[in-house]
Amino acid sequence: MTTIDLAALQQEGYTEVAGLPQVLADRPMHYCPGCHHGIAHRLVAEVLEELGQVERTICVSSIGCSVFIYNYMHLDTVEAPHGRAAAVATGVKRARPDAFVFTYQGDGDLASIGLAESMHCANRGEKLAIVFINNTVYGMTGGQMAPTTLPGQKTTTSPGGRCASTEGLPLKMAEIMAGLGGVAYSARAATTSLKRIVEAKKAIKAAFQCQLDGRGFGFVELLSACPTNWRMTPLQANERVEKELIPYFPLGVFKDDANDPACSVPGGES
Amino acid sequence: MSAPRKFLKGNEAVVYGALAAGCRCYFGYPITPQNDIPELMSSEMVKAGGQFVQAESEVGAANMLLGAAACGVRAFTSSSSPGVSLMQEAISYMAGSELPGVIVNMVRGGPGLGDIGSSQGDYFQAVKGGGHGDYRCYVLGPATCQEAYDHMIEAFDVAYAWRVPVMILGDAILGQMKEPVTTWTPEVNADAGKDWRLEGAKGRPERLLKSLFLEDGALAGHNAKLQARYRDMQALARLETVDVDDADLVIVAFGTIGRIARSAASQLRKQGYKVGVARPVTLFPFPTPQLQALAVPGRRFLTIEQNCGQMVEDVRLALAGKAEVAFHGHLPGNLPNPDDFIQPILDALAAKA
Repeated sequence: MTTIDLAALQQEGYTEVAGLPQVLADRPMHYCPGCHHGIAHRLVAEVLEELGQVERTICVSSIGCSVFIYNYMHLDTVEAPHGRAAAVATGVKRARPDAFVFTYQGDGDLASIGLAESMHCANRGEKLAIVFINNTVYGMTGGQMAPTTLPGQKTTTSPGGRCASTEGLPLKMAEIMAGLGGVAYSARAATTSLKRIVEAKKAIKAAFQCQLDGRGFGFVELLSACPTNWRMTPLQANERVEKELIPYFPLGVFKDDANDPACSVPGGES
Repeated sequence: MSAPRKFLKGNEAVVYGALAAGCRCYFGYPITPQNDIPELMSSEMVKAGGQFVQAESEVGAANMLLGAAACGVRAFTSSSSPGVSLMQEAISYMAGSELPGVIVNMVRGGPGLGDIGSSQGDYFQAVKGGGHGDYRCYVLGPATCQEAYDHMIEAFDVAYAWRVPVMILGDAILGQMKEPVTTWTPEVNADAGKDWRLEGAKGRPERLLKSLFLEDGALAGHNAKLQARYRDMQALARLETVDVDDADLVIVAFGTIGRIARSAASQLRKQGYKVGVARPVTLFPFPTPQLQALAVPGRRFLTIEQNCGQMVEDVRLALAGKAEVAFHGHLPGNLPNPDDFIQPILDALAAKA
């Protein structure tokens, strides 16, 4: 592990412009080179610190590559069965209404096996947030087809490319969530460039703020690269997000009831 | 002042027992014959200042229970056979994560959709694990509405003392019959779970509740710890006995069937037959030592269940080499009464050499 000697760098005239968020563990991550989980973890950590929520947060980790989020965050965490994170988070939030609660889930977990739990949690307007990482493939299990796999995309279980007539079309979760009554905020962002990362952080913050304001359920989908299972270099994978994923999964805010006076609840978290 | 008595259905006794035990979260999904539980909880839990959620499915309900349990808040869910099958995934995760939850199963006939009448067909599922992996739940088999109330209080205490899921294995008869219940309120240890529950990591290192152990040897160590716990729980095993001291034949039966068998044995006693009843109150841990103590030379045993033969395997294991064990299964799909058990008991007595 390479550690940076900050003091030595500062003596050489360098200025620190961004340090490690305190909630983020100072250890190397297990994610593959070019994977965007590391970026997403950092953004979540920064937002939790900026909102002052670290000490009252309970994280619900899911199944897949991201299950190990608990190795990188100094947060109280419970591990949920595959797909059930939104139901587990419902139990957590109902048991501890004063806690700040979020789940961190991949596309297979949230949009396939856990679609019912995710949508019903959202529709009930549970006062919690979901960070949804969409990389259009099952990562940890070795690159099988996900509910978000693009038409024509080859995976180990769609070797000829996903065929819409037999396997359906990708689920657009941010749009689906926006259509549910209990959802206060739903957005999709990407983490392919500095500009997009700044936008992604704003979206995470807005999704988290819903809970603090007592407005209901916050959802943020982050388009993410999976170079290993896409059989690409990190740079090629990043480019694929821009050229293939974003045209199919448009970025933006699909619902924000903060802009709707009829939906806002004054007086903070209820 | 005498203890307050209420005239309650078994399902209602479960609700009031849970509330007395300090349960403050209920998650459930409707299924007959336990619908009185979510229906009553939807008002009573809210009155008690707790949370009621009608989940999207039994899968959702059991996982909500997992989440609340991780926070150290007393919570339970209830269902009946097909619904409890759906809950098994979460129960396995709770066992693996050492989480204390309470699950009530008012068993109905199976397999599959079966019927809505009473059955004991879920004995294997309840006491042998039920979900994937090596684990056990603490399982109680109430026979009366009073026990339904008392067992709920015990369930939360055991769940928190041992960090295990606890299952109440009732049935449609228990859920739907109505009896006087003496209610009481236990002292609840508010500190239970203080050293592991999730509440936000303010002023201390973060906590992690999980069932994933990938490092070489880690899972083996975790399983060894769980198995040691299950062995230690043997000290909690209980067997209720009636008229066993001079019995030629001891009937072994649990839950409402144990109660019906007791009526049958009582009828036969009046006719001069020396028949006793042993009713396992805890189904896991199974009261093996207590049963073994009853196995005196020349005494026979007859296991009666409302299934095709499940607990009889545990009775035979307990008594292996010490006594013969006959079995009578009253098939699910038929409601038993004491007269149904008379001939099987006489047959077992007649088989005595």
